Amino acid sequence: MSELSAGAFRRKPLVVQYPSLLIFLGLLALFTLGVTVLSEGFGIGVISTSFVKTLGKTLCLCLVALAMDLVWGYCGILSLGHMAFFGIGGYAIGMWLMYARTELIVIESLAGQALPPTAQEISDGIATQIFGVVGASEFPPIWAFAHSLPLQLAAVVLVPALLALVFGWLAFRSRVTGVYLSILTQAMTLALSLYLFQNDSGLRGNNGLSGLQNLPGLGDVPQSVVSVWFLWASALALGLGYLACVAIVSGKFGSVIRAIRDDEARVRFLGYPVEAYKLFIFTFTAILAGIAGALYYPQAGIVNPAEIAPIASIYLAVWVAIGGRGRLYGAVIGAAFVSLLSTWFTGGQAPDVNLGFATIQWVDWWTVLLGLSFVAVTLFAPKGIGGLFDLIAAKRSPDRHGADLGPDPGALREKEANE
Amino acid sequence: MIWYFRQLAAGLACLLALPAFAQQAEAPIQALLVEYGDIIAKSSRKTIGPAIDALANSGLPQAQTVLERWQAKEMWRNKETGLFVFAEEVDRDTLRIFDFNDEGEIGIAPDDDFKQLKPNSGIRGMIGAALVQFQLIDPDPELRATALDAIERDPEESHLTALRATAQGEGNPVLAARKERLERLLTIRFGETDDERIAAIRSFEGDLGVDARATLNPLVATSVVVSATPLGGAEIKRIIEPGSEALPRSDAYALLVDAEMAPPLVSREDKRVALVANIEDGQVAGIEVAALGTEAARDMAYAALAATGKVEPVAEETEIEKTLQTFLFYERYTGASPAVALAAADVLSGIETKVAWNQMADLGLDALSLASIYFLAAIGLAITFGVMGVINMAHGEFIMMGAYTGYVVQLFVTDYTLSILIALPLAFAVTFSAGVAMERLVIRWLYHRPLETLLATFGISIALQQIAKNIFGTQARPLTAPGWLDGSLVFNDIVSISYIRIAIFVLALLFLALFLFVMNRTRLGLEVRAVTQNPRMAASMGINPDKINMLTFGFGSGIAGIAGVAIGLYAKVTSEMGADYIVQAFMTVVVGGVGNIWGTLLGASLVGTLQKGIEWLNPSNTLAAQTYMILFIILFIQFRPRGIIALKGRAAEA
Repeated sequence: MSELSAGAFRRKPLVVQYPSLLIFLGLLALFTLGVTVLSEGFGIGVISTSFVKTLGKTLCLCLVALAMDLVWGYCGILSLGHMAFFGIGGYAIGMWLMYARTELIVIESLAGQALPPTAQEISDGIATQIFGVVGASEFPPIWAFAHSLPLQLAAVVLVPALLALVFGWLAFRSRVTGVYLSILTQAMTLALSLYLFQNDSGLRGNNGLSGLQNLPGLGDVPQSVVSVWFLWASALALGLGYLACVAIVSGKFGSVIRAIRDDEARVRFLGYPVEAYKLFIFTFTAILAGIAGALYYPQAGIVNPAEIAPIASIYLAVWVAIGGRGRLYGAVIGAAFVSLLSTWFTGGQAPDVNLGFATIQWVDWWTVLLGLSFVAVTLFAPKGIGGLFDLIAAKRSPDRHGADLGPDPGALREKEANE
Repeated sequence: MIWYFRQLAAGLACLLALPAFAQQAEAPIQALLVEYGDIIAKSSRKTIGPAIDALANSGLPQAQTVLERWQAKEMWRNKETGLFVFAEEVDRDTLRIFDFNDEGEIGIAPDDDFKQLKPNSGIRGMIGAALVQFQLIDPDPELRATALDAIERDPEESHLTALRATAQGEGNPVLAARKERLERLLTIRFGETDDERIAAIRSFEGDLGVDARATLNPLVATSVVVSATPLGGAEIKRIIEPGSEALPRSDAYALLVDAEMAPPLVSREDKRVALVANIEDGQVAGIEVAALGTEAARDMAYAALAATGKVEPVAEETEIEKTLQTFLFYERYTGASPAVALAAADVLSGIETKVAWNQMADLGLDALSLASIYFLAAIGLAITFGVMGVINMAHGEFIMMGAYTGYVVQLFVTDYTLSILIALPLAFAVTFSAGVAMERLVIRWLYHRPLETLLATFGISIALQQIAKNIFGTQARPLTAPGWLDGSLVFNDIVSISYIRIAIFVLALLFLALFLFVMNRTRLGLEVRAVTQNPRMAASMGINPDKINMLTFGFGSGIAGIAGVAIGLYAKVTSEMGADYIVQAFMTVVVGGVGNIWGTLLGASLVGTLQKGIEWLNPSNTLAAQTYMILFIILFIQFRPRGIIALKGRAAEA
């Protein structure tokens, strides 16, 4: 039955099926244009470069939240590992950025010598520069491709994909579901961050990779311009990611993954290869997260293992839950809203609240407020901020009083048809 | 009048004292001192040795006094006669002087006539070493023990004689055993004949003491020698091939170079320097400088330079190989004569096997204590998660709350034993209330929605962690164990376990017993099991499921609080301590099998043993050990998704 109705929907163009797509892309374009006009690099300079960077980073966080929503809100897999994929993306691009920039510096410093430097001397020089902080002076094997931008860009996609594929295959194959899967993904994240914390992991231990905001070869371009470039790239990635997610969740494929979320066993009995669907979603979202990370960290300037720790992935789940899971724009709203609010509160801009007997300083108490409001959202507003749009939509659409669209109890529900 | 007589008496005493100096000079100890008088007065560390030795080995009864007074800077020398006395300062300018021979008072004299001997700290140390032999027979056992300590720290050949002389008469059995052992150790080092040394070495067969190994190891030291002709003789341990692990080829070649049997290698850096030195008009030996950007080009240029004789020729790879093959490399014992070295090597290998076994035992104890910590952290979860099926991500924060309760109690109660006794029930009370509040306010609305429970408890965990940080700050707070838990239970030099770990182990066992008792022997346990299996049926039997859920959750949380106090004693109390254990605790429960306390016990043992085992393989790196442990658990769950002990039948469905 669901196949039949899904087939009927597929004939319609994507935009008609998912009207919020056009609105979203339009708003994103407007936002990007607006920021560009107001920026220091290309416009009238109302918005500072650091705030442009914050906005660009927020767009990347929206992209990873989108991935989280797809895997959790639509497919029901509460993954606590997507920030690890995000971090891996950052490390992959960071390796090239750091290598290429250090190479320029080393070549420059060797240029004054009597003999032209050999390839080995340059490589030794770079290695000493990069790994001096962890007491090493040789390139670990993991840096074998760091000299090449295309290969590291491929790693941004392939490493998270491969990790997700292997981990997902192992987990889904043995039917680990629900909270067990969450704990398992959390353990994976913890293992990865602990591994990276070691000095001999080959990725500079807890120093992480730094100086990523300086693009090699573009030393003359001011950061105000670079920040806008990254904003454009992030907006483009978010737009394309949104489009891809819409394409996935609408149509028959989308129906199947929602069905897996609601009753996995039933879908399996209908003959669908549940594991393959889950694996696809898990891997695809890992790739999205990797790309988001690769765009985020050059704007942040530094990536270190603390960014991969399980708590980061938990915050990701918090954003999606507050924004409203199970709807793509909800994830974007949640990530943008909570992360910008977070920046505002922890940046010390929020005014202190004087209670008479004590003063609440938001730098200290913001996390408490966030945690408690998260509990409140889970308890009282499971739809999150996105649920507010339902109130508007409910006024417009014909009211079927929640009746099923078809004759029997298994038919598509009104709510589902509107998604 | 009286005053006059006194003056007269003092003057007479002075007059009478004068002949005493003459008498002193005849005493053998004074003769000895005078003989070395100039060396002693010079007081230089380089030359003082013979004087101290002569005094120490003189066999004179007064030698000890002389050395002691000298060390204490109380020895003075008469500037005119060159005789030595010891003296006390009466006031700034006057001395009361004593004779070394009979320690009798000679009289009072102005200090202008005497020069104080002030040995520097190096010389005082040498005097101290010489004094050891006197201290060994001192009536005070503590002083004898100090002397033995001094010998252990810095043994000398003379100590051996002293030890042998005094070992028989030692009355204190502990000191006698120490003396006997030390005598054997010193015999190994300083024994005169090989037979004597070998016998001493053999006596340490299977001995686990660090001192025994420290004494034996230098004996088996070897060095590599190179020879063009085959070498024989007992001191040759073995022939080694260049390029093997014991002797890398570069080291072998360096040996040849040192022995001037082969031309030196020219390093890349040397080559570069040589090339730079020979740049002429932008060229090196006819090759453009700009072209020297590769190693091959540099080699060529260097070879061209060598051909013109401007630099030393380089050894080529093939030549190195050929040279290495013409020579033989031997490992030779350098620490001792071959017979002694062989005996030492034999005994050492036996000791090492035994050490390995003991290290295994020590590792086992470590693993056991780690397992009991994980068990403590996990047992509360075994109730809330295992029995009730509620995922409580704030469990780690309950552990933290328990630990901070202990810290706060110690702020008010300074007696550590008492404060721990108060802290344990108080921590239970605090976390029990927190658990009950959480169950009432949040969790009961989310039963049967495990993912939501997980998220909501995450929120609480974040908030609790930050609140703790705001109240107590980010720095670690101490939770001090009572004095009787300090120190450790020492089996031998290798195997030991601290009392605090034993206490944690005992506590874990107590909790296991408590859990089993509550679950299987009490009304509460019966009702808990009934509610978990079928809440509706339990309700119709007159059990109030709400109340039972609340109490069970509170019980699990309360145990987490007590575990927090125990873990706080072992590690530091920080706001993040709970988060450090939460993943491992969940792993322990999941690996063991949800819903079965024996499974949790097995899980904790597995996780603890595994982590210690991996640490043993890679001892420098506990982070790596945790990483591999988690990876192993992820794989383990692939093969036993329901844990070691999987529930079967209806219980599994609940």
